[in-house]
Amino acid sequence: MAETNFKAYGMIGEFRTSASVLHAAEKVRAAGFRKWDVFTPFPVHGMDRAMGLKNSKVGWFAFLGGVAGYTTGMLMIWWMNAVDYPIVIGGKPMFSPFSAFPPSYELTILFGAFGSLFGMLFLNRLPRLHHPLLKNKRFSLVTHDRFFIVIECDDPKYSEVETRKLLEEAGSPHIELVED
Amino acid sequence: MSTAAANPITTKLPSGVPQPPPELQRIPLVANGRSFGWISNQVAALTEGRTPVWWWICFVPSVLLLGLLGFTLSYQISTGVGVWGNMHPVMWAWDIVNFVWWIGIGHAGTLISAILFLLRQRWRTAVNRAAEAMTIFAVMCAGIYPAVHVGRVWYDWWLFPIPNSNSIWPQFRSPLMWDVFAVSTYFTVSVLFWYMGLIPDLAVLRDRAKTKLRQFLYGLFALGWTGSNRHWSNYEKAYLILAGLSTPLVLSVHSIVSLDFSVSQLPGWHTTIFPPYFVAGAVFSGFGMVLSLLIPLRSMFKLQDIITMRHIDVMCKVTLATGSIVGYAYAMEFFIAWYSGNPNERFHFLNRALGPYQWAWIMMVSCNVLVPQLFWFKKVRQNLVIVFIMSILVNVGMWFERFVIIVLSLHRDFIPSNWGYYRPTWVDICTYLGTFGLFFTMFFLFIRFLPMIAVSEVKGVTPQADPHHPAGGAKIEEPIPDEEE
Repeated sequence: MAETNFKAYGMIGEFRTSASVLHAAEKVRAAGFRKWDVFTPFPVHGMDRAMGLKNSKVGWFAFLGGVAGYTTGMLMIWWMNAVDYPIVIGGKPMFSPFSAFPPSYELTILFGAFGSLFGMLFLNRLPRLHHPLLKNKRFSLVTHDRFFIVIECDDPKYSEVETRKLLEEAGSPHIELVED
Repeated sequence: MSTAAANPITTKLPSGVPQPPPELQRIPLVANGRSFGWISNQVAALTEGRTPVWWWICFVPSVLLLGLLGFTLSYQISTGVGVWGNMHPVMWAWDIVNFVWWIGIGHAGTLISAILFLLRQRWRTAVNRAAEAMTIFAVMCAGIYPAVHVGRVWYDWWLFPIPNSNSIWPQFRSPLMWDVFAVSTYFTVSVLFWYMGLIPDLAVLRDRAKTKLRQFLYGLFALGWTGSNRHWSNYEKAYLILAGLSTPLVLSVHSIVSLDFSVSQLPGWHTTIFPPYFVAGAVFSGFGMVLSLLIPLRSMFKLQDIITMRHIDVMCKVTLATGSIVGYAYAMEFFIAWYSGNPNERFHFLNRALGPYQWAWIMMVSCNVLVPQLFWFKKVRQNLVIVFIMSILVNVGMWFERFVIIVLSLHRDFIPSNWGYYRPTWVDICTYLGTFGLFFTMFFLFIRFLPMIAVSEVKGVTPQADPHHPAGGAKIEEPIPDEEE
């Protein structure tokens, strides 16, 4: 870490157990921070509530995808088989919602699945291949067995002394600054 | 093994926390109280280090078989599908048998990843990644057949909603067209689901990478995953929705495959029992394949603490349940043939059991109905050699089921002058063997380069992952010192 142009991204506090990081998250939230996050190797049960996160909005993307899929299927089949080039097949109607249902059903699922995956990526602002945290050696243990709380320097409540104290009081055995 | 607790039943608890009595303890999903780090190390080790010799021993024959597939496909495409044994009146034979068989195998992967997720069966985490990979590769093998059996493969694009050279659109009143949508959606959604599950685990491999190339490639496909809880929150919701979407999908795919038959008016095909019966059979064969793949792999890769005997036990029970449903469906077909009073239907089912293809029918009933009944016994479910042999017999039986349904229904229809006897040619047989080459080539590449176990999901089902469990640090002021292996 060069002294001259070191610009901090935030302060990371390491935790060793899921319970300790959960309680620490409750404290950080109670202290009124906004730009902070908890990093875990797997989703920790109850963490959304501890952080005060609202229900994820991914469902809306999946729903819109599903509606778009079903509508596309029905309109496409109706237009192709009944409008643009109608052909009589076995005396069956040119368009019937029943025979058009199976492909439309599949398209509902297909578009809904794309909606939920890409909705998730969009809400998470991924892919993002460069992130200050990914450059930190210690932080790479987050996918192994460690838990981290990161408080960004941009947070209005952030202060190098007070924030460090808060993380220490929350029980973090290892705290360090991460370069931006 | 040496550092772990001797009794796999007990969970590692911090000192000072009283152990609950053994009868009140849940059997942990990860045996021997393994730590988070151990899970990462053990699973990532499969993709790191020197390639084991046995991997080459399995991989090289797979690639040779894949070459056979390439040869037979080029031969039959350049010569015409007349090189197959398909002949009037049996115009659908091994091509469609193998298509349905491979598609069916895929179903266990989606069942494990989606339906068991919705049912909160947490044991699925140990097997879902490999099962989903199996699904994708099985659907790839299946997809070859419909594409090739049309004869002139260069017209395959007529299947898609693109106007052909006479501006005619595909005809959506046919179940064959529904099948195109069902199978292609199934493949795409399976890949999405699989890839989404892989994102956090690719990040595991990225963060452990020793070389620049590995770091770059795993990092690229991990999309910059950091394990942020704000991300996990959206991720878990998306995963739940994908599971919710895949459940009706997997039920619809084999239902629609079965409609290819049941919408026609041939005795043996024209029955309403087909959709549920096909789905049960598909799950049955898929679990057979999962067991055949995972029983050897868990010993080769030393994953016995993650894929425990309990996992094998549960999968045997699913096989037993679905095998019994299939047996019920066989009985019901015979009952309805008699009860309907339709002479063609009655003749067809007697012909199945007593006609010239009796050997196929006997193979089907013994492998699918009788053999799985052994799984009622715990001793059998705990014997890996027997389970492995039985899991292969399940898939032999399910192959014969499709053969019975397709070839036996076609070979003797309404007019005796229209009867015939089908025999496969060497091209049929070699193409089928070749699809195994494709499947195993893909599968061995998968286990060598991607995490075969869903690392982050398995970590999430250990007792120490639960912040309300003493092993997770609940009600303890001091953080527990890390227990490294």
